[in-house]
Amino acid sequence: MSELASEKPSPAADAYTERQRGGGSGNWTIRGARILGGEARDLFIRDGVFVAEEVRGAQVVDADGLIALPGLVDLHTHLREPGREDAETVATGSRAAAAGGYTAVHAMANTDPVADTAGVVEQVWRLGREAGYCDVQPVGAVTVGIAGERLAELGAMADSAARVRVFSDDGHCVSDAALMRRALEYVKAFGGVVAQHAQEPRLTEGAQMNEGEVSSALGLRGWPAVAEEAVIARDVLLAAHTGSRLHVCHLSTAGSVELVRWAKSKGYPVTAEVTPHHLLLTDDLVRGYDPVYKVNPPLRTQADVEAVRAGLADGTIDVVATDHAPHPVEAKDCEWAVAAMGMLGLETALSVVQHTMVETGLLDWAGVADRMSVRAAAIGSLDGHGRPLEPGEPANLVLLDPAASRTIEPAELHSRSRNTPFAGLKLPGAVRATFLRGTATVLEGKVIDR
Amino acid sequence: MKRHLLSTADLSADDATLILDTAAELARIADRPIKKLPTLRGRTVVNLFYEDSTRTRISFETAAKRLSADVINFSAKGSSVSKGESLKDTALTLEAMGADAVVVRHWASGGAYRLAHAGWIRSAVVNAGDGTHEHPTQALLDAYTLRSRLGSLEGRRIGIVGDVLHSRVARSNVRLLSTLGAEVTLVAPPTLMPFAVEGWPCSSSYDLDPVLPKLDAVMMLRVQRERMDQAFFPTEREYSRRYGLHAQRMAALPEHAVVMHPGPMNRGLEISAEVADSTRSTITEQVANGVSVRMAVLYLLLGGSEPAIGTENEGGAK
Repeated sequence: MSELASEKPSPAADAYTERQRGGGSGNWTIRGARILGGEARDLFIRDGVFVAEEVRGAQVVDADGLIALPGLVDLHTHLREPGREDAETVATGSRAAAAGGYTAVHAMANTDPVADTAGVVEQVWRLGREAGYCDVQPVGAVTVGIAGERLAELGAMADSAARVRVFSDDGHCVSDAALMRRALEYVKAFGGVVAQHAQEPRLTEGAQMNEGEVSSALGLRGWPAVAEEAVIARDVLLAAHTGSRLHVCHLSTAGSVELVRWAKSKGYPVTAEVTPHHLLLTDDLVRGYDPVYKVNPPLRTQADVEAVRAGLADGTIDVVATDHAPHPVEAKDCEWAVAAMGMLGLETALSVVQHTMVETGLLDWAGVADRMSVRAAAIGSLDGHGRPLEPGEPANLVLLDPAASRTIEPAELHSRSRNTPFAGLKLPGAVRATFLRGTATVLEGKVIDR
Repeated sequence: MKRHLLSTADLSADDATLILDTAAELARIADRPIKKLPTLRGRTVVNLFYEDSTRTRISFETAAKRLSADVINFSAKGSSVSKGESLKDTALTLEAMGADAVVVRHWASGGAYRLAHAGWIRSAVVNAGDGTHEHPTQALLDAYTLRSRLGSLEGRRIGIVGDVLHSRVARSNVRLLSTLGAEVTLVAPPTLMPFAVEGWPCSSSYDLDPVLPKLDAVMMLRVQRERMDQAFFPTEREYSRRYGLHAQRMAALPEHAVVMHPGPMNRGLEISAEVADSTRSTITEQVANGVSVRMAVLYLLLGGSEPAIGTENEGGAK
C-alpha cells in the first residue's frame, strides 16, 4: 500500500543501513546543532556514544538551524501487541515513535493477554529489541488481568529480562483503596512506581465525554472532573502514607493540577503527566459527534487546558506522555457511543508541545527536554535515556527543525492506525533525525528501514 | 437550502414558523375524503429505527404516505441491524437503494448527526430521536399544538417538568420554544436537572408549585422507571408527590393553561389519570398534529427548491 511506498528508504539510507549491519554502531558528526535550543555546536558520536573529538570518516549530518534534544521518552504508549495487531504492533508503533523523535517508549499493559506476567512483558520487550526503532520498556499490570482484584506478580516482572519498574492498570483505575495501598507498598522492594489511571468508576459509569456545558447540550453522559480528582486526592495521601512513588497518568483537569501541586508542596513522592491532546484540544470539538475526539480521560474545557499548560510550565506536571492509543478505522467510523476511546500521539507530540508550550513562551527547549525526556526517563528508571548530550553519554538524540511547519495528514503517519485528532491542523516543527545509541532511526525526516 | 433536520438549534424563528405554517396548510387535507397529495410521488423515505417506537414510526409513515412517498421500514429487529451490522454499512445499503430521506431513531446521542455528516450517504436525514439529545419533530408538533391552543408563542410561559436530564424532548423544546419567543421554565429534582443548565435559554426550578400559577402550558415528561435503580430519586411515590401533576396541582394553573405530555404516559406517576383525561390535556391532539408537522418537514426537505428550512449548519468545529 501507499504506506509501504513512503517507507522505502533512499539509496543513501540503504547504503548506510548496510554499513550499520556490517560494522555495529556508526560514527557521526552532527554539524551546528543548537543544543537544547542554545548555542550551535558540533556533536560527535563514536560507536553509539558521544565523544569529544570528531571521528575520522564519520558520516556528517548538517544540522544547521536544527535543535538537538535528548531522545524523547514516552511514559505512556499503547502498542497493542499482543492481541490487537490490527491496530498497532510493537514494530509499527516503535517506528511511529522514532518518527516522533522518541528513543524509548513505555508499552502499556492492557494488551491481550494482559502484560501481567514475566512471560508477556519479556515478549513485548524482545519484540521491541527486534524492531530496533526505540527501546520498548514494558509496563506491568498492577493487578491480574487489570481486573482490579489481586496483585499481579510484580516482583517477577521486575526481575525479568524486561526489568519492569512502572506498573499500571491503565485503562482501568485501581479503585480499591486497600489494593492501591498494597501495590504502592509492594513496589518499594524494587524501586517501582505505580502509575494510576485516576477514574472513580462509579462516578463515570457509561461516561462519554467531559461533564460540562457541552455534554449537557449534546445529551452525552458526563465524565466529571471530580471523578479524576477524588482518586488523585486519595492516592497522593496514600503515597505520603506509604512513602512510595505514585505517578499520575494523563492528568486532565485544573483541580488535578492543584492537587498535585499541593502534594508536591508537602514533599510527597508524586509525579504526573499530561497528554499533548489535553494541552491543545477542548470538549467543544465533540459537538460534531466525531469519535476521533473520544478519549479517556476526555477532552476538557479551555480553563483546564490553561491549567495543565501552567502546571507543565511550573513543573507541577513532570512530563508530557502521549497516551498513544491506536484504533482500527471501524472502531472510530461509527456512532460516538460505541466508538473506542483513544488518540494517536507519538508522531505529533513534539509539534503540539512546540505549539502550546514553546511558542506561547511557557517553556524553552531545555524545558521541553526536561519534560519530554529527562524526567520521563527518571520516573521510568530508564538508564541511558534523558541524559545530557555530552561525551561519554549514550548517543540518544533527536534533531528537530523548529522553523518547519506541516499539516497533519493521517495517511502519512507511520502508525498502523489513523485516529489522530490533529488531522488537518497545521503544527510547527518537524523531526529531521533520531538516533538510538548512535544508530539513525530517522534521517532527513524519513524513518530508516531496519 | 438545509438538507437535514437534526436539532431544533439549527432552526431560526423563520425556519420554524415556515414548518408550522406549512403543517397548518397540510393539516387541512386530513379533513378531506382522500387524505393524499401527490407531492412526493416517486421519492423514497426510509424509516430507520434502532429503538422501538411504534408511535413515532407510524406517525412518520403516515406523513410520508399522505405525500405519496414510497416508505420502507427498516427496524433494528428483523433486519441485519440486529445481527451487528454497523450504522455505516446500513447507511451504505440505504444509499445503494436510493433513499431520498432517512428518518432515523437511534439510541445513541448523535446517531442522526453521524448519519448525516459522516459522508456515508447523500440523502436527507430527519432525526426522529437520538439518545438523550434531541427529538426535533416532537418539539415542532408541541409548538404547533401550543400555537393552535394559545395563538402566538411570543412571551408565553411554558413549564417542562420531570426527567429533563435524560429527555431529548426537553432539549428540543427548550431550543425551539425559546427561538419562537416563549419563556421556558424547567422543573426537575436536582438529580435530574442537566449540568450547567444555567447556560440554557430558559430558567429552572426544583419546585413545581410556585411555577404553576404563572404558566400558559405545562409539559409533563415521562419518568423512565429504570432511573429508579440509579437513585435519581428515592421512590416513585416521593417523585409523584413532589413533581407529579394531579388534579389539585392542576387547579393552580391559570384557567387557559394547557397540559401536554409527549407520551407514552405513566398514569399515576408523573400525571394523574384525571389530569390526562381532562379538557386541558392536549395529548391526543399532539398525536394528530404530529402527522401534519412530519408531513411539513418531509415536504420542505424533499419538495424541491422552494422555501428552505434554514441554511446548512457548519458541523464540528475544528
